[in-house]
Amino acid sequence: MSLGSIPMKFKVRIDTDECMLCERCIENCPYGTYRLEGEKIHIDSRRCVACHRCVAMCPRDAITIEEKPIDYRRHPLWSREAREAIYNQARTGKIVLAGMGNAQDLPSIFDRLLLDACQVTNPSIDPLREPMELRTYIGKKPRRLDIQRKENGDVELKTTLAPNLRLDTPIMIGHMSYGAISLNAQLSMARAVADQGTFMGTGEGGLHPALRQYQESMIVQVASGRFGVDIDYLERGAAIEIKIGQGAKPGIGGHLPGEKVGPDVSQTRMIPERSDAISPAPHHDIYSIEDLKQLVHSLKEATEWKKPIFVKIAAVHNVAAIASGIARSSADAVVIDGFRGGTGAAPRVFRDHVGIPIEAAIAAVDQKLRSQGIRNEISIIASGGIRDAADVTKAIALGADAIYIGTAALIAMGCRVCGTCYRGQCPWGIATQMPGLTNRLNPDVEWQHVANLFKGWTLEISELMGAAGINSIESLRGNRDRLRAYLLDEAMMNVLDVKPVGA
Amino acid sequence: MCGIISVIDRSRSGMDGSSIKKALSLMDERGSGEGAGYAAYGVYPDYADYYALHIFFDNLVEPKVAVDEILRKWGHIEDQEEIPTVEQPDLRRTHIPWRYFFKPDISLMPGSRTPDEDIVMKLVMQINTTIPGAIVFSSGKNIGVFKASGWPEAVADFYQIDKYEGYIWLAHNRYPTNTSGWWGGAHPFNLLDWSVVHNGEITSYGTNRRYIESYGYRCTMFTDTEVVAYLCDLLGRKHRLPEDLMVRAFAPPFWDEIDSMPEDQQKLSQAIRLTYGSALMNGPFAIVVATAEGIVGFTDRIKLRPLIAAESGDRLYISSEEAAIRRMEPNLDRVWMPKAGEPVIGRVRI
Repeated sequence: MSLGSIPMKFKVRIDTDECMLCERCIENCPYGTYRLEGEKIHIDSRRCVACHRCVAMCPRDAITIEEKPIDYRRHPLWSREAREAIYNQARTGKIVLAGMGNAQDLPSIFDRLLLDACQVTNPSIDPLREPMELRTYIGKKPRRLDIQRKENGDVELKTTLAPNLRLDTPIMIGHMSYGAISLNAQLSMARAVADQGTFMGTGEGGLHPALRQYQESMIVQVASGRFGVDIDYLERGAAIEIKIGQGAKPGIGGHLPGEKVGPDVSQTRMIPERSDAISPAPHHDIYSIEDLKQLVHSLKEATEWKKPIFVKIAAVHNVAAIASGIARSSADAVVIDGFRGGTGAAPRVFRDHVGIPIEAAIAAVDQKLRSQGIRNEISIIASGGIRDAADVTKAIALGADAIYIGTAALIAMGCRVCGTCYRGQCPWGIATQMPGLTNRLNPDVEWQHVANLFKGWTLEISELMGAAGINSIESLRGNRDRLRAYLLDEAMMNVLDVKPVGA
Repeated sequence: MCGIISVIDRSRSGMDGSSIKKALSLMDERGSGEGAGYAAYGVYPDYADYYALHIFFDNLVEPKVAVDEILRKWGHIEDQEEIPTVEQPDLRRTHIPWRYFFKPDISLMPGSRTPDEDIVMKLVMQINTTIPGAIVFSSGKNIGVFKASGWPEAVADFYQIDKYEGYIWLAHNRYPTNTSGWWGGAHPFNLLDWSVVHNGEITSYGTNRRYIESYGYRCTMFTDTEVVAYLCDLLGRKHRLPEDLMVRAFAPPFWDEIDSMPEDQQKLSQAIRLTYGSALMNGPFAIVVATAEGIVGFTDRIKLRPLIAAESGDRLYISSEEAAIRRMEPNLDRVWMPKAGEPVIGRVRI
């Protein structure tokens, strides 16, 4: 079997009537799809990944890309993907890598949950006229307040509150490291979250000096490779996140290839240039929940108990019990990453087959923590495939305090979800460290796009809340009465504790 | 829509139920004839040390035998009888209202600081969730709730409330929406010392319910008002928040207001919102809550339901309508409209 025996994924065509031979497509495609041959642009469609960079840059709209121009004989079991993975592995004998989130054609639970609105018996609230409160605090809350009346009749608050992060909107950006994505991408997102009164994660890649101006809006990450971690790093973050797992690849570590580790990434990560950065599957100092508790305590001690500590886990079958252990470790928030969570690179078998949907994970964790009376001990941050304001609203109604987005923020900066992040040649300047490509992403422009996304979603959440007669996000949180299930089976409805439509 | 009215006599002078019946009947426009009820404090002076358990029985065989058994297991029944009623032409009797005067055996709940109340609360939850055909709708000391499906005047005459004397009265005229007009769904709702009447709809019910159920309360009445009584019990009795701060948890100031408060107030209000965010009640409502010590009236944070207060001598009135108050007392010293979320508090003099 030689290369070329597999049908190409995309067929690229240029309308020669429109093309003016400006060669922008050639300049913009890092994969070498186009080259000039005499007076004609020659196209090697086999190189195309459908990133749409050329389409976006073509001044004449002359380019069309057709997906799967050659069909295999149709077979319900032996899909194109199944067959091609075998060709690939027959050739290489290796694990098949894939990018972005779960690509299986599984129904979205979010899409089968419907939101409520008021009619007659209670008035909807107009966010244009009435206050609408989305302010969210992430961190431990006391189970009860101890309030005592002084002799002069004034009340005195005896309870001391643990540090909390204040979010003006319940949306944050999850952890995408410098190395996995470019500094320009991080700068754009950091400026956006600072502007919108919310937070983003650094990922396991350290904090580049250029990001320090936004450090009060950054959550620093301690993952199994401990890259970039020192006391200065910990102290700069508004909060610290211990990353145990990731929804796109639960149970395995990470691998940043050496070609992405240039001088700057090397300094920020505190590793030698061009060396592979391998994050092991487990933390080698965490082999049990007690060990996690020790790390949480160590980080709190190191930062004088001034910062909330998050623990991020992948949504796996036993997620509720794991979260309940984390809630007892003195961690302040648990981040649950569902099986649709994105990634730069993950083994395809993991991306598509390990972990559970975030909707079920939120419901199970919230229920478990409540049944044990420890829901106030910890905030729940949900992530993994959140696409729009409706997903955010539904996640909160199921019981989340806030959510992380990842892919959505990248899309706001131009990402077309081509899923080729692992090749390090992202034509949009996002998942790459090549200067000629990262220069394409201008933080002074793109931060505004990310900020606009936050603004738009926040407005939509306000409208959805107002329509439901709710003017404070606390009253949406865990309010599963305002959700109904459409075309979900009874077992699923029991897990979600949601009634069917019409009930 | 619903209409509510309540009165407290701060000197603890008794008032019979005849005038509040007239006041509630004046608001018939706000009801549908499918539910009305009254709660009165101080009605059982001879049994003041006993928990007066008012129960709707579907029959006096299986459910009553089960209730008798569980009560005897947990304490002593001093007295019991069918609550006296007089048939009304437009009130269909679907339950048998019964009352027990009960004293729990506190030695059965060691380790509790309030064993008698905890036992009674446990029994109420247990009966309401596990004994079919029995619903406890009133469980306080020296307190009686009288409610049924019907117009205010029919319910009042059915129970002959003019024969009871109380220093606090709460009354409610129901226009049911969320649940049908069954007897248990009529207001007031009561648990131990707490009684609640409520006009409106709590849009945060799902959140409030998940919160309160994690503390062992069980919502069994299929209506949002019940949760208010349980929240009062949790915050007021168990967590010992003063009434004004309890209301601040239920209908807190907006963050903009909190941000501009003096530092200590800001800290307190922020702590309340963070700790009791799940107890925040949203949606349109006007609520009056009573305990043996007094009454508190408040509305949602943007006052989407009416609430008016008035005073005359020792008496404080809180109602949906001024006209209803004037039906009880034409000569008022003062009448005012409380602001959104601002509690109106009437305490008995000690």
